[in-house]
Order: sequence, then structure tokens, then C-alpha cells
Amino acid sequence: MSQIDRDKLLDIYTRTMKVNRTDEKFRELLMGGKVAVMYYCVRGQELVSAAAMAALEKEDYVVCTYRGQGEQTAKGIPMEKWWGECLGKATGTCKGKGGTMHITDPETGIMVTTGVVGSGLPIANGLAMASQNNGDGRVTLVSFGDGAANIGGFHEAMNMAQLYKLPVVFLCQNNRYGEHTAYADHTDSPNIASRAAGYGMPGVTVDGNDVHQVYPAVKEAVDRARRGEGPTLVEAMCYRMMGHFFGADFSYMPAEHIAEMKAEDPLPKLRKVMLEHQFTEEELDAIVADIDAQINAAVEHALAAPLPDTDEIYKDVLEETA
Amino acid sequence: MAQITMTQALNLAIDEAMAEDPGVFCLGEDVSAKQGGGVFKVTAGLTEKYGEHRIRATPISETAIIGAAVGAALAGQRPIAEIMLMNFVGVCMDQIVNHAAKLRFMSGGQTPCPMVIRTTTGVGVGFGGQHSDMLEAWFAHVAGIHVVTPSNPADARGLMRASIDANDPVIFIENILCYGLKAEDPGPGYRVPLGKAAIAREGTDISIITYGRTVLDALAVADDLAKEGISVEVVDLRTIAPYDEATVLASVRKTGRALTLHEAVRPFGTGAEIAANIQEKCWDVLKGPVRRVGGTFSAVPFASHLEQAWIPNKGQIIEQIKASTGKL
Repeated sequence: MSQIDRDKLLDIYTRTMKVNRTDEKFRELLMGGKVAVMYYCVRGQELVSAAAMAALEKEDYVVCTYRGQGEQTAKGIPMEKWWGECLGKATGTCKGKGGTMHITDPETGIMVTTGVVGSGLPIANGLAMASQNNGDGRVTLVSFGDGAANIGGFHEAMNMAQLYKLPVVFLCQNNRYGEHTAYADHTDSPNIASRAAGYGMPGVTVDGNDVHQVYPAVKEAVDRARRGEGPTLVEAMCYRMMGHFFGADFSYMPAEHIAEMKAEDPLPKLRKVMLEHQFTEEELDAIVADIDAQINAAVEHALAAPLPDTDEIYKDVLEETA
Repeated sequence: MAQITMTQALNLAIDEAMAEDPGVFCLGEDVSAKQGGGVFKVTAGLTEKYGEHRIRATPISETAIIGAAVGAALAGQRPIAEIMLMNFVGVCMDQIVNHAAKLRFMSGGQTPCPMVIRTTTGVGVGFGGQHSDMLEAWFAHVAGIHVVTPSNPADARGLMRASIDANDPVIFIENILCYGLKAEDPGPGYRVPLGKAAIAREGTDISIITYGRTVLDALAVADDLAKEGISVEVVDLRTIAPYDEATVLASVRKTGRALTLHEAVRPFGTGAEIAANIQEKCWDVLKGPVRRVGGTFSAVPFASHLEQAWIPNKGQIIEQIKASTGKL
């Protein structure tokens, strides 16, 4: 029934659970008061990020947003560096100067994490333009939410990407909320992907909770881009199962919306798919246990890590201050 | 050596950088041969040499232009992005300020952003309120960017090469009235280091600290006042930010008086910052308060006589110098 082979399914499952367990751990630390930082929960969107990252090659570029934990960990940022950055430590990806909203790790292709909605799309074009200029064969994937589709940069970037046939994939994680505003209250068009037609670009809307839909759609977009056929807008329908950021009120979410998102939770669905593909409960549990052990070790490492020197505020401003 | 215009100087600098480094490319509105090589012809002839991938004519999409330059820079290329007129930076400030300027710092030094943003502006050609402003102070206020402007063709050639070499974003401001200036070509490979001011004229009574087109006004004023026995030193900053503080302070320590001059509006202008710094660091030698001359605090008007009344003029500069030197 699936075109996804077992190895790739296992890969996607592992990445999905890495995203999920990282999210759970972060919320546990925040809830327990062990750390107090901004964190944008990804519960409900784990599969979209994991499947998208599984469709990329290691050297491909990614641009994501403050809600980018999924892309970052699924693309493979070493956990110690990721946690170090989130806890503001010298051992972090950015020496503690970027933080949760600005994780950067060029070694794994996480080139920009932007805190400004919609700003990643134009930058993704530039990364893709560089690949087109120098023929390095890389694809750039930029992830953003439904809210970003209403900012000018989205429109400018989509038009330019199609004009130049840039090797870029626009992944809209339509989680039904732009910050605290529900989709129907910020957009009247039935979906985001249909906008692609306005730029002469293919656009597709898929169920982001169904691995059989989201992975093939992103993979096809990545392959198209790599073949030099230009960009694709992939809209993955999903749910943000928490508030805009950790601790934010989301009591405004209607009860029927909450019931719907619980019914559509991608994790039990993915687990079912794995079992259908003859993975055993024990195997799947062992994967999660292994991930938990890695996360716990990384968190301990980050908690014990040194703070950045205060001199860092003067460094990396310009090359002269590097 | 041959005489060249500032337009030619910029073109030569970009041309030789593109010839040397395949990672250097231009993008912007109307820049390619299909549109005539740029509205001010700075990129004329380059499409024929380097092709449309390296002289990319873009849609009218400033955010996408600067975003693309940021992305390409992160990937190791050296884009030269053109924002046709400086007022249009208002469209793409997020990409410049939140991204280009900050990505080196926020990534802990991992992702420098080597890119040049060329932009044209200038009062005095009748373009009115949305095509004339000098907005250098907006960028001087942001850490992580060089702000550069040449006052003559030789500096234009040298500053452009240095800007393309720089491993950080550079806002490169070209004054529309300076494109036609002619001077001796400094020749291939010429570079003027960023952050180094020039003493455009030596003097002993007062230092005018200025940059760009108003350097010409300052030099003209210095000529006039020399006849009256007032010796004016003119400091051409060339790099507005971060500026060459050592040269400025040394000049003021020598003359004991200072006047800042720019075409941009006076309130909260770069002249205010420079004046404050001089007063903090040269108080012991100052013979009077630092004077400031700048544009009128209103939108640039259209009618020619209004525009001329708006712009800082020689009379205002002379009046301030005489007030400072007590030779009214």
C-alpha cells in the first residue's frame, strides 16, 4: 500500500520521535522550572518536520522559524549543541548568542532560524540561487506556517523563485493558527497551496498527519527542485496542539477543534503504520528509549555547560570583532 | 592615467571583482542588458561579459532582492544587490536589519553575510519626497553593517572593491549628483579600506566632518574662507559607520573646532553622534560647541527653489563656521 520502503519509514519514525521526545523534554524542564526560556512547542507537527527532513540529503539547506525544533533536530543537529544553545550556554550551536529562536548549524544545513514570520522565504531563495549559480546540486527547503502566507515577503519570494526556477521547496505547515489567530480569522481562501497557481508554480495540499501523504509530496518537490524544474509549494495540514509558545494561553481554541486535533494526532497514526509494516512494539519502544537516553545525556551536558563569557557581546558583530 | 566618471569607477570595480571571483554577482531591478544596464548605467556591459545569472534582473521586489542576497551570502557567494533608490529600503528593512546585519552575531560567528547593497539617492534633482533621502543614520544605528559613501570617482572605485571584499554587509550609497564627477582613474585593483577617513583638505581653524556629496560643498567653502583667512580642514569620512574615530578626533584636536555636515536631516543624524563623541573626547581642547549642519526636518520638496532652500547650503555652512571661529 505504501511507496515508502521500510528503511525510509524507520528513518521517518526515528526522526519523528526525536522531535516529539525533545518537545516533551523541553516542556518537562519548563514546567519544572528547571529552565526559563522562550520555547515554541511543536506537539502535533512532529511528523511534518521529520518527513520533510527525511526527504532531503544531508548537504541540503534548511531555513526554518522559531517553531523550528522539528526541522533542527530531525535534520540532525547534534543534541548537545542544540540543547546548549537553547539553554544559552557556551557549548551551544551559536555560543548562546542566538537562542531558541535563532538556531544556526551550517554543518547540518540549518542555515537560518528566523524569529520574523515570513522572512525565511526570501532568504531560502538566495541559498537556492547560490546553488543554481555554482551548480552544487543542493536543494533548499524553507518551512513556515499558514500565518506567513499573508506577509509580503511570501508573495515576493514565491514569484521570484518561480521566475528563476530556483531549487527551493516551500513547506507551509498549516497548523490552523497564525500566532493566536485561527486560520478562518486571517485568511478567506480555502487553502494556501492554491496560491501557487498565481505564480505559475505547482502547489499541493496534503494531510500532514499521514506519512503516506506528506513524505511523498515533499520528496517529489525536492526531486523536482534537484532536477532543475523549479520550486513547489507543499502545504501540510497539521495541528498545533499547544499555545503559540510555551505557557501561552490557548483556551481560545474551540472544543471541537481540540477534539479534531486529538483524533488526528500524527503519532498514534504513525505507530499504526509502523506496526502494519511489521515493526514490533518492542522495536519501536527501543527506538524511543534510545532517543530518551540521548536527550537526557544532552540535557545534562547542557545544564552543566559553562555560560558564555560576557565579552561575547562585543564579538561577531563584524569580522574585525570576530 | 585616464579620467573616469564615478559611474565608470563603480562599473570598473564591479567588473574586476566579477572577473576575479565567480561568486560575485549582481541582482536588482533593471540591472541587466535587457533593461539597458541599470537606470544609472553602473552595471552596463556586464551582462554581455558574465551572463544573466550573474547580472540578475529582478522583479520589483525589494524584500526578495535583499533576502536572496542574504541567502546567497550565507552560502558563500558575494552578491551585490541594488536597491534602485534609497527610500525603497523601507520595503526591505527587515531583511537588512534583522537578518543581514545580525546573522553573524546571532549564529555565534558561523554565518557571516558578505554582501553589498548599492543604493542611489540625493537631493537636488527634483525627485521629491520619496526618491531623495539620505537615510544613512538608520543603518549607522544598527550593529553589524558598514555604511559607505564615496565623494569622488577614485574613492568610488576603491571603496567598491573593498566593500565587495568585506565579509560583512555594506550599504553603499551613491549620490545621484556625483555620478558624473570626473577624476583620474586610480587603476585596477585599487582599494580604499573601509573605516578609513581621508583628509580632503588640510586646515588649522576648524574641522568639517562630512561625507558624500557635501564634501564638495565643504571644499568649496574652504576655498572661499581661505580668502578671508579662515583655514578649514575637511574630513571625508568615506565610511560613515563604523567611522574612523581616530582621524576625526586627531583633526579636532589639531583645529580645536568642529562642524558636522550632511545632506540628511539634522535631528538625530550621524552628525549628532559624531558631535557628541567629539565633545566627550576632545572637551579639553574644544574652543566652542561642535556645530551641526544638515537638511531641513521635513520631506524633500519638489519645486526647485524649495529643494534648494531645503538642502544645506554654503551660506549656512559659512555662517556656522564664522559663529564658531568668532569671525562673523
